[in-house]
Parts: sequence; structure tokens; C-alpha cells
Amino acid sequence: MTKKTSIGSKLYTALVFIFLYAPIAVLIIFSFNSGKSTSVFEGFSLYWYKELFNDAATLTAFKNSMIVAVVSSVISTVMGTAAATAIFGYKNKLLKSSIMTVTNIPMMNPEIVTGISMMLLFVFVGSLFGQTGTLGFATLIIAHTTFELPYVILNVLPKLRQTDPHLAEAAQDLGCTPFQAFFKVVLPAIMPGIISGLMMAFTLSVDDFIISYFVSGTDSQTLPIRIFSMTKRRVTPDMYALSTLIFLAILVLLIVSNVVSAHGDKKLSKKGGAKK
Amino acid sequence: MNKKSSLMTKLAGAPYIVWAALFIIVPLCMVAYYAFTDTTGAFTLSNMADIGKYADTFILSIWLGLLATVICLVIAYPLAYIMAGKGPEKQSTMTMLIMLPMWMNFLLRTYSWMTILEDNGLINTLITSLGLEPLQLINTRGAVVLGMVYNFLPYMILPIYTVMLKSDRSLVEAAQDLGGNKLDVFKNVTVPLSVPGIVSGFTMVFVPSVSTFYISQKLGGTGTILIGDIIETQFQTANNFNLGASLSFVLMILIFICLAVMNRFSDDDDGGVII
Repeated sequence: MTKKTSIGSKLYTALVFIFLYAPIAVLIIFSFNSGKSTSVFEGFSLYWYKELFNDAATLTAFKNSMIVAVVSSVISTVMGTAAATAIFGYKNKLLKSSIMTVTNIPMMNPEIVTGISMMLLFVFVGSLFGQTGTLGFATLIIAHTTFELPYVILNVLPKLRQTDPHLAEAAQDLGCTPFQAFFKVVLPAIMPGIISGLMMAFTLSVDDFIISYFVSGTDSQTLPIRIFSMTKRRVTPDMYALSTLIFLAILVLLIVSNVVSAHGDKKLSKKGGAKK
Repeated sequence: MNKKSSLMTKLAGAPYIVWAALFIIVPLCMVAYYAFTDTTGAFTLSNMADIGKYADTFILSIWLGLLATVICLVIAYPLAYIMAGKGPEKQSTMTMLIMLPMWMNFLLRTYSWMTILEDNGLINTLITSLGLEPLQLINTRGAVVLGMVYNFLPYMILPIYTVMLKSDRSLVEAAQDLGGNKLDVFKNVTVPLSVPGIVSGFTMVFVPSVSTFYISQKLGGTGTILIGDIIETQFQTANNFNLGASLSFVLMILIFICLAVMNRFSDDDDGGVII
């Protein structure tokens, strides 16, 4: 009986994973196609990879994506960590819950609504100053920071709850200023939450299309926007080559972060199985 | 001394509060402002009156979104259950394998389905090489639902799995000790305990499905226009911000109603479980 169900569950698991990976496998295989077809494999070649690296617009878009992701994830991590610390300390229940409600809005709202709401704000403010081209890097970074902030806060808050409040008090009793106590005691304790918040913010930023689509200008195309404009036409396998490279990059990133977090877990606590 | 530290902690939240007010609250007010004004900025209800024309689109979007969400739930639940019963090593590998496609750009994931389903795409090439008639796969509603399920399935699996993992295994054992058979225990203990996960999975799949525009553009052709497509057109090509804002306003309210109904099923305030 148990054996039978375990075969069934294995088969089921395999089927779901085949469903999840089949389209990705198709992309990877056809990125090495020597022909232009995306359904008939004509022969192995790296032609489309070469083509991809000769495409100046795609490379610029990649650079833009990196700039926006780094700047916005750093801003949101610093601001979000400070906010989480403050929210955690608030005694006023109403204040606390209203801040959390507002924090949840960007996560609950459809992305398209978040995108257009910010676009409207930027266009409106721009028109007050008689400008038309308000959308650009600045608006992209503001928008990305805004939708990343809730994720940073929600990654840091649980770590603050786990931290012993007496530790900071003890540090102050031993002569630390409140500032020192925060940086020497609280900050190291919540660091895993900050790092996972930062990584989440960064990946969300690189991956975002819908919000960026509405708040970016012509000179600030990010990689997803570039992909969007390329998939409007009949697509050549260089997009497949790009997907393959992105897939590999994410694979490496995930493995590294898994190893790091497994290592961190081991070092942090022996509570066992205490995953985020 | 203590007072000083608490004042500082309070001040640490100030930048975020200002930021949230400026870039979360004010933009939503802008949506409402544009929804109820005309191009000159004068108050009008005509945008809202125009919404009636799009009632069918709203209904279609919600219907396809619900369908995709339910299919995701049906696929995800058994998998989450299987995962939660595995050893820790296997669990973390499986979690990673589920997250991996999620971090890949959804435009590319959707696009790959397009090349698979196309008239001369992979499936039809296979079918015709077997001497069969090609099928109409792309530009159907089925293809749109498939695209939604494929894109958002991980968002259903992970919250359910997380909740199952957190829920107390000894409750299941206790139910078994008290004489419940496997089905009874599953129905009366496992499922009710996983409700918070189902609720957040539902939210995370339903919201992006209802409001999508890329999936319907790529896989639905001209036959399946969703509300996201119409909003996108108002802002990117038609330049009718006021109509676009009023459509978004209604979409937002409809979604909040759906979520409020859904949340009634779960009394857990911690609802929005994030991976």
C-alpha cells in the first residue's frame, strides 16, 4: 500500500516538473539551432549567441536593468530595514496596523494598477512643471523602490521578532550608545533577513516588466521591456539565447544562495528546521 | 537614555512613512482623480458610465482568472502535500526547482509556449509528422488559461507547502490515534490546517491572472481581450488616461472585493505568507 502510493506520488511530482520545465527546455534547445526556425532543429550552432552579443540595444537594456536593480534594491533595503525596526518598536497599535495595511497595498494590488497609478502621478507632477518627458531613470528607480519595500520589511520583521530585546538593553547597560547597540547587536542578529530582503528586492527589480513598462521612458528601457518589444515581432532564436543565459545565471544564483543560507542556518541556531 | 533610543527608533520609520504616503497613497488618489475627471480636469462621471461597455470583458477576465486559479489549486495541492512529507534535503531541492522557473522572465516563459502551440509550432509539427491534422492551439481561451496556470503555478505551490510544513504534525498523529482513517484525517485535519496557504496562494495567482495583458496578447490572439489589454491600450496607444484610470479603479475594487470574500474563509491575520 505505502509503496503503491509512493510510486503514484513520484509519478505525479515528475509530471508537474515536466510541465514546469518543458517550455524552458524548448527554449534552451532551440537557442543552439543553426536555422531560424523555432520548431525544426537544423543543427547545432552558437550563431544566435554571437548575434545576441552584437545587439547593442539589448546590451544597453541589460546595463539599465542592472543600474535600476542595484540602486533601487539598496535604497529599499536601507529604508525598509529602518522602517521595520521602527514599526517593530511602535507601541501604538493603530499606527502599526495602518502602516502594515499601506505596506501590503503594493503586494495586493494588481501590478498594472500600481504601474499606471505611478505613471499618472509622474505625468501629473511633470505637467505641473510644464514638462512632458518626466518618465525616465528617476521614475523607474522610485517605482522599483516602492514595490520592493514591502518585501524588505516583511523579511526583516520576523527576524526582529526572533531577536531577544534584552540584548540591546544589555549592550546599553554596558555602555553602548543606542546607536552602537543597534549596529553592534541588533543589526547582526537581523542580518539574514536583511540579506534575503535585499536579494528578493534585486531579483524582483530585474524581473519586473509590468510596472516598468508604464513608468520608463525611451532612454531607460530595461531588459524585460526590451524583451517585450522584441517579442512583438516575429522572434528569432537570439531571444532564446538570452533566456538560456538568464536561466543559467538564475540557476547559479539560487544554488549559491541556497548554500549560503544552509550554511547560515547551521551557524545561527540548532533549533532545527527553522526556515524563513 | 531609554527615551532617546525610542525616539530614534521612531524617527527611523519617518522616511518610509513619507515615501509610502507619496508613492503608494498619492498614486492611488491620482487614479481616482483621473477616473472622475475629463481631459480638462473637470469633474465628470462619463468615464465611469463608459465602464458598462466593458462589462463582458470584466466578466471574461474574472472567469478565466478564476478558472486558472482553481486549476492551479488542483495541481498544486497534491504536490505541496507530497513535498511536505519528504526529507529536508529533498524539500529544499524541490523548493529550488519550483522557484527557478518563477525567477525566469515571464515574458520569455509565455513566449516559449507561443512557439510550442503555434500553427507551425512544436506540437503541430509533431502531429503533422505523424500524418494527423494540425490542431488549433494558439489564439484560444484554453491557451490563455494554460499560460496563466503555467506562469503562476509556483505561487500556489509554495504558500500551501509552507503552511503544511509549519502546521503541527502531531495533530495529524493525534487524529490517527483517535481512530480517524487516512481520508478522515486528511479531510478534517490536513485540509483545514492548510487553509491560510490556500488563501494566499489564491491571492497570488488570481490577482495577476485577472489583470494580465501579455499572456492574453501572446496566447489569446485577437479573440481573447482581457481587461488588462484594454487598460494597457488606454495608456500606451489610445492615450485615454481618464478611461484607463476608471477601468483600473473598478478593477482594483473588484479584486479587493474578491480578496475580502476569500479572506473570510481564513481567520489567520498572517495571511500574506511570502516564500
